[in-house]
Amino acid sequence: MTSWDDLTVGTAAPERGYGPISRTDIVAYQGASGDFNPIHHDDEFAQSAGYPSAFSVGMLQAGILASYATDWLGPRNVRTFGVQFREQVWPGDRLVCAGSVIARDDAARTVELELVATRVGGGAAIKGTATFAVE
Amino acid sequence: MVDTSAIGATDEPFTMVVEYGKVREFARATKSSSPDYLEVASPVIPPTFLTTVSFWSPPGQSVFSKVKMDLRRLLHGGQEYTFHGPPPVAGTTLTVQTRVDDIYQKEGKRGGTMTFVITVTEFRDESGTLVAEARSTAIETGKPATQEGGA
Repeated sequence: MTSWDDLTVGTAAPERGYGPISRTDIVAYQGASGDFNPIHHDDEFAQSAGYPSAFSVGMLQAGILASYATDWLGPRNVRTFGVQFREQVWPGDRLVCAGSVIARDDAARTVELELVATRVGGGAAIKGTATFAVE
Repeated sequence: MVDTSAIGATDEPFTMVVEYGKVREFARATKSSSPDYLEVASPVIPPTFLTTVSFWSPPGQSVFSKVKMDLRRLLHGGQEYTFHGPPPVAGTTLTVQTRVDDIYQKEGKRGGTMTFVITVTEFRDESGTLVAEARSTAIETGKPATQEGGA
């Protein structure tokens, strides 16, 4: 795992690709989270609300971005994680997650990360920030 | 129309048990490959796991019913989690309470007036210690949701 001495402002996590996001991925997340809003798996329902098809759950992309960060700096070390939703993610989309250190607090031994999950061929789906306490 | 008198309203606290199998299922569904979630006997929860609180909240008690948002125009704008130490581990019983922290309006670029509703959910362990907080931003758009933005 990445250690404290390896982390300075500008240190980047290796980029990582996810997907294509399948309907199975979306339904698996809905089962894991308990959010069964049909707009995420029922095309007819989504179309009745004006969308071209069902679309992914924002919190699935958020969760993938969180996993990307915790796989890098450790699940026990995360202290804050926040996301803002930008573009929707559609079945078949591929995502690329990237992140880097934007601040380092030597006294608290914490780093702040800037994170983004980008749709391949599109824009940012999710932007995030996180704080990790690194041993 | 959103009811701003709901600021400060809370729902009734309830308990949520962090279940081992649910932590694994959630870590897999969010594509983690960390053995700290997938292999150890007492995994910590993933950062966004507290969204599974929807399995535990009693029906009809959500503070959202007091805010009176129009569900056809509702977008999830953002979500933040804070952990006051390592995230809670499987087996922990959390006591959960949500309050309406703020409601405010902004003029949108395209969709007319947008109303922002901020809720904060507090999670306390068996000793009453505040271990985690979830802050959620819900947006009611001025006209029905489109493909752009939100999720």
